[in-house]
Amino acid sequence: MRKVAIIGVGLTKFGELWDVSLRRMMLEAGARAIEDAGIDGKKIDAIYVGNMSAGQFISQEHIASLIADHAGLTPIPCTRVEAACASGGLALRQAVITVASGVHDIVVAAGIEKMTDVLTEQTTEALITAADQEWEAFVGATFPGLYALMARRHMYEFGTTEEQLAKVAVKNHHNACSNPCAQYQMEITVEDVLNSSPVTTPLKLLDCSPITDGAACVILAPFDRAREFTDTPILVAGTGQASDTISLHDRSTLTGIAATNKASELAYKMAGVGPNDIDLAEVHDCFTIAEIMAIEDLGFCKKGDGGKVTERGETAIGGQIPINTSGGLKGKGHPVGATGIAQAVEITQQLRGEAGKRQVSGAEIGLTHNVGGSGGTVVVHVMRRGD
Amino acid sequence: MDVGIVGYGVYIPRYRIKVEEIAKVWGMDAERVKRGLSLEEKSVPGLDEDAATLAVEAARNAVKRSGINPQDIGAIYVGSESHPYAVKPTATIVAEAIEATPDLTAADYEFACKAGTAGIQTCVGMVGSDMIKYGMAIGTDTAQGAPGDPLEYTAAAGAAAVIVGKNGGQTIAAIEDTYSYTTDTPDFWRREMRPYPKHGGRFTGKPAYFKHVLSAAHGLLRKLQLTPKDFTYAVFHQPNGKFPVQAGKELGFVKDQIMPGTLVQKIGNTYSGASMIGLAAALDQAKPGERILVVSYGSGSGSDAFSILVKEGVEAKRDIVPKVADYIDNKIYIDYSTYAKFKQLLVR
Repeated sequence: MRKVAIIGVGLTKFGELWDVSLRRMMLEAGARAIEDAGIDGKKIDAIYVGNMSAGQFISQEHIASLIADHAGLTPIPCTRVEAACASGGLALRQAVITVASGVHDIVVAAGIEKMTDVLTEQTTEALITAADQEWEAFVGATFPGLYALMARRHMYEFGTTEEQLAKVAVKNHHNACSNPCAQYQMEITVEDVLNSSPVTTPLKLLDCSPITDGAACVILAPFDRAREFTDTPILVAGTGQASDTISLHDRSTLTGIAATNKASELAYKMAGVGPNDIDLAEVHDCFTIAEIMAIEDLGFCKKGDGGKVTERGETAIGGQIPINTSGGLKGKGHPVGATGIAQAVEITQQLRGEAGKRQVSGAEIGLTHNVGGSGGTVVVHVMRRGD
Repeated sequence: MDVGIVGYGVYIPRYRIKVEEIAKVWGMDAERVKRGLSLEEKSVPGLDEDAATLAVEAARNAVKRSGINPQDIGAIYVGSESHPYAVKPTATIVAEAIEATPDLTAADYEFACKAGTAGIQTCVGMVGSDMIKYGMAIGTDTAQGAPGDPLEYTAAAGAAAVIVGKNGGQTIAAIEDTYSYTTDTPDFWRREMRPYPKHGGRFTGKPAYFKHVLSAAHGLLRKLQLTPKDFTYAVFHQPNGKFPVQAGKELGFVKDQIMPGTLVQKIGNTYSGASMIGLAAALDQAKPGERILVVSYGSGSGSDAFSILVKEGVEAKRDIVPKVADYIDNKIYIDYSTYAKFKQLLVR
């Protein structure tokens, strides 16, 4: 198996991009990645694109062909990958495996979602198709509802507080303020979060990631060819994927996501590192409770300590283990299919030392953690500087 | 452009419902709603009122204030998104009621909340080209908001009428110029046979209201080589209390210019009536020589901007009929059940 490196990254602005179409977003992110890699588009051998539901959001399926076509890259193979909100992370993993296998050399891993062309209630309906329709959606569950169940249990078992949840949102908004691509470049306070509209107890509006349009793109190459394109190749040192029951009620615990344990274990093993070696991580904070569970399940702290660790500022930039320096899903925005790729973009920029005001000094090893649904799919990648 | 306003009149139903009363029914936090919309209460039409009766009241006030012979009115345009009839016009009802028939042309306009100002522009053109002596434009609405929809807090009732004529002894204000900005932007709509409109939520803000209002205002200021400092009053369409203030500030106006014509806090969003009632409120207190900017907004979308220079005659005609403040102060609070009866949500 060959080693794989990231040689270029690109991101659109995240937000309510009402005047930008899906195809234009994809071209924008792609063009930026190609420019970043300094590569001729003709050298691209294949594309993997993560997208949860263009069919529901803009009534467009078969976006693989659409993207290859409008990027002017036909006839190369283009494959759409779907695993709900983990579609992006999974597209990256498929692209990594393809390069590692030797089938292709230069492969694009992209992610995209256009979510604001429909009304909010339609978006909520589209998103819940990532849960079990018969056992969850039909009885009225929504994702805020499912994550609220996890939050309540976490609060019950470990004494996690609403203030600790709020601190996640406050930190991620703060980080987003130094990310020009972020949807919310504004500071919020714990009081703002606690006083925001109730969504589903104990989650308030500002505990929830927003509805976002956006696209992200990374370009991969065999590690031994990466120097042709960049002085700072980023090695994808480990990739791990795991599945779990699609329904929350079939799990043995509500206070963690078992697929995160499994996927991270695989990724750590492949990279030959452990949680203590990680300098920073982009984790799937679709709700504030999700970040708290993620840092526990990834091994950055003891199970149940996620809230306290957050409260102590250990997950802030400058803390023990900076989490979601990009602003995360909460602050940067959460175009579901693009999120997994956007996480890889952030870690790449951090490891290159190009993250500006949100730079984690001396970052050598980073991790991305992308969750589909309530934890039915998890994809984890470990990345490190390749020089 | 040698055209001006010879008279104006408004009408606002006396019934009011407070945000608290609506919020209570839907289990919402009234303080949060009031803060979010910057609005206290809204006007509610009585059981026997509709967009046509409101228009007639406003038109009668306008004729009386102007002192003109209604037989000299050559055109009546009624803008509304709640015309009682889908096919027969409201404008003929108004024309008959104010005794302007039969030597005139009349029609109904529809452009969401800016149909009334579109009527003013038509009258300006017809008077300016000597097709008619006087033209009357009305904006009137008994706005629809589905029960439980955020619109229910704001969708109100009110009307304003403006009579346009050649500048001269009778005009109380000159219409210096007008500029419109229009695109196909579906932010808010109601399809045929549907009782309530639908809207694109946050999409109604930046790409819709703000883009059109700001573009129309900029276009007019550029055309006339004027700046916000040249205006004493700035009136914007007011779907809630926040939008007009934010739009005004972005253009460089201050609160003292914006607030006199911003009435939404006390009467809600009167849709086609809103920017014209705001203009009337400014005329109710303006001194000769002062200038008023009016920018309407209609979903779908477009904005009409006007620069209006107040003339000597304004003060003499001011107190002939009730002013905007008189209608705002004359109020009776109702509870949600009475509101439901008046809005015919309860049907025997």
